[in-house]
Amino acid sequence: MDVRTRNNVTWLGPEAGPLVILSHGFGCDQNMWRLVAPSLAKEHRVVLFDHVGAGRSDLSAWREDRYASLAGYADDVLQICADLDLRDVAFVGHSVSAMIGVLAANRRPDLFAGLVLVTPSPRYIDDVGYRGGFSHADIDELLESLDSNYLGWSRAMAPVIMGNPDRPELGEELTNSFCRTDPAIARSFARATFLSDNRADLATVSVPTLVLECEQDVIAPRAVGAFVHDQIRGSSLVTLDATGHCPQLSAPEQTAAGIEAFLGRLW
Amino acid sequence: MTDETYDDAPCGSLSTSLDGTVTQVNATLLRWLGLPRDEVVGRRRFGDLLNVGGRIYYETHLAPLLRMQGEIAGVALELRTAGGTRLPVLVTAAVMAGRNGSPDQVRIIVFDASERRSYEQELLSARQAADRDRGRLAQLVRSLQESLLPAVLPVPPGTQTAAYYRMASADEVGGDFYDLFPLPRDRWGLLLGDVCGKGVEAAAVTAMARYTIRASLFHDADPVAALDHLNTVLYQEHRSPAHRHCTVVCGVLTMAADGAEVRLSTGGHPAPLLLRADGSAHYLPATDGPLVGVLADASYTGQSVDLRSGDTLLLYTDGVVDARRPATGRRYSSAELLAYANRLAPASAASAVDAVAALVGAADGGLDDDAAVLAIGVLAAQ
Repeated sequence: MDVRTRNNVTWLGPEAGPLVILSHGFGCDQNMWRLVAPSLAKEHRVVLFDHVGAGRSDLSAWREDRYASLAGYADDVLQICADLDLRDVAFVGHSVSAMIGVLAANRRPDLFAGLVLVTPSPRYIDDVGYRGGFSHADIDELLESLDSNYLGWSRAMAPVIMGNPDRPELGEELTNSFCRTDPAIARSFARATFLSDNRADLATVSVPTLVLECEQDVIAPRAVGAFVHDQIRGSSLVTLDATGHCPQLSAPEQTAAGIEAFLGRLW
Repeated sequence: MTDETYDDAPCGSLSTSLDGTVTQVNATLLRWLGLPRDEVVGRRRFGDLLNVGGRIYYETHLAPLLRMQGEIAGVALELRTAGGTRLPVLVTAAVMAGRNGSPDQVRIIVFDASERRSYEQELLSARQAADRDRGRLAQLVRSLQESLLPAVLPVPPGTQTAAYYRMASADEVGGDFYDLFPLPRDRWGLLLGDVCGKGVEAAAVTAMARYTIRASLFHDADPVAALDHLNTVLYQEHRSPAHRHCTVVCGVLTMAADGAEVRLSTGGHPAPLLLRADGSAHYLPATDGPLVGVLADASYTGQSVDLRSGDTLLLYTDGVVDARRPATGRRYSSAELLAYANRLAPASAASAVDAVAALVGAADGGLDDDAAVLAIGVLAAQ
């Protein structure tokens, strides 16, 4: 399987520019970066991709066992780096992709120049002495919500969502297509995301790291951002004057500026 | 809209700023929520009105969609009421532009979906049950199919062997089968066949055919006698609804100093292919007997083929020939299969099977029939 097709890898910006990977989180696809990618691409070579199961990735490449944990997704990131021969790359991961980036950078610190963790959370479920913001019952409710919107998913639309290079007339985006996922895959990704505990992986991060959080974010509250910042030695923390979990959409200029300021110090 | 029609509308209605903070809400929605206006307006975001799971869904799916496409429609969510109950709703929302043309608020309409949701829940459970059943069925079919084929393909000394099996359907056991097994006195039995039909009944006949030939060859290493026996056994059932006929190629392999001899007999089966070490390929001469299990007195004949080092014998079922070509949808003819084999030869058993598997795998629109391939090749002398 060709990794570029599998993960629908796309890129923009000057070929010789410093490398930046933008990695989307649980819910939508690489379109999440549409408001910040052009700004970053002025001076950087920006690589975008869809996690397997999301967006226009190859759904037939999805394997329940491989993607049951974040390690499978981190492995994909390393495969993309190997396939495109990416080195000295800055990895920008949103939401769950922040932890996917941490896992990838811990496995191959030699490949990564830096990590930008956008609204990260190493553990969503409360634990003794740790407040992630959610309980197991909350995550069950999320799975219910995904199931309730099952009925909006139609298998017939899947091939279009996956992309159809032979029929460009189908290229027009379907309603909701950025955030539409096969329900079985969405459930699995939700479990991998919200039941993961990557707190112990933070202490072993050895590359320069920026934590980018929002003023108001119910998914990754500020206490969690502070925890991540505290656990990753030498990391910096920037709090954006933004609301919600997706500052790259709600506050794109600030988000791009925060990322660019950090990237400017890397190379 | 007048204040009255807005407030008393038979649906919930609210407006929020772009960050989700409620700026306006109608009386219907407040009644559903069981909250006074001043506890909602300016105090809560839309996500706060949902149950926690719905809030995560909203933050990870809906808020981004609203930003990217400006609207969402018919999304199933649940409101959390002041009394602690949950109210299923359908939500439609659109981003509205302000006076200067840039987006400045979100207008949201909320429908009570309690009745509809319980119906959808039933649909959902039915669909989940059907998905589970389909998964179980596919598993069962796979296990049954695997039980009809050798778990590990043996390799007679001095040879290379390879096999390929492709099921046309995940829901039904196919009727194709093959086997390779040791016989007394350093000989090996091989067989490949296709029971007519699919499903459990065909699987029962498949098992019977496989073990009848095994037993017959074990007793007397003569493929002609084995086909005679199988014909007798299958024909005995010819009046019963369980009756099935089949096509079979069956053989006995004897290793010799300079290669191997295979004695073969076929009943109603496509002629095996021989890929020679010199790069040529041909079908074995037609000595085909009748379909097995159809005639009371079928008679079969045998033929011998010598395999020298580098030669490969390829047995296959008609599912291979019948596979449809990509693009045109036309079936492969036996002449095309021969031409393909000619390009392939010389080939080891493994590469011959891989190549035929690729041919079948590339067939467009899936297979109409199962396909089985078994190859045995003599290794080059050391």
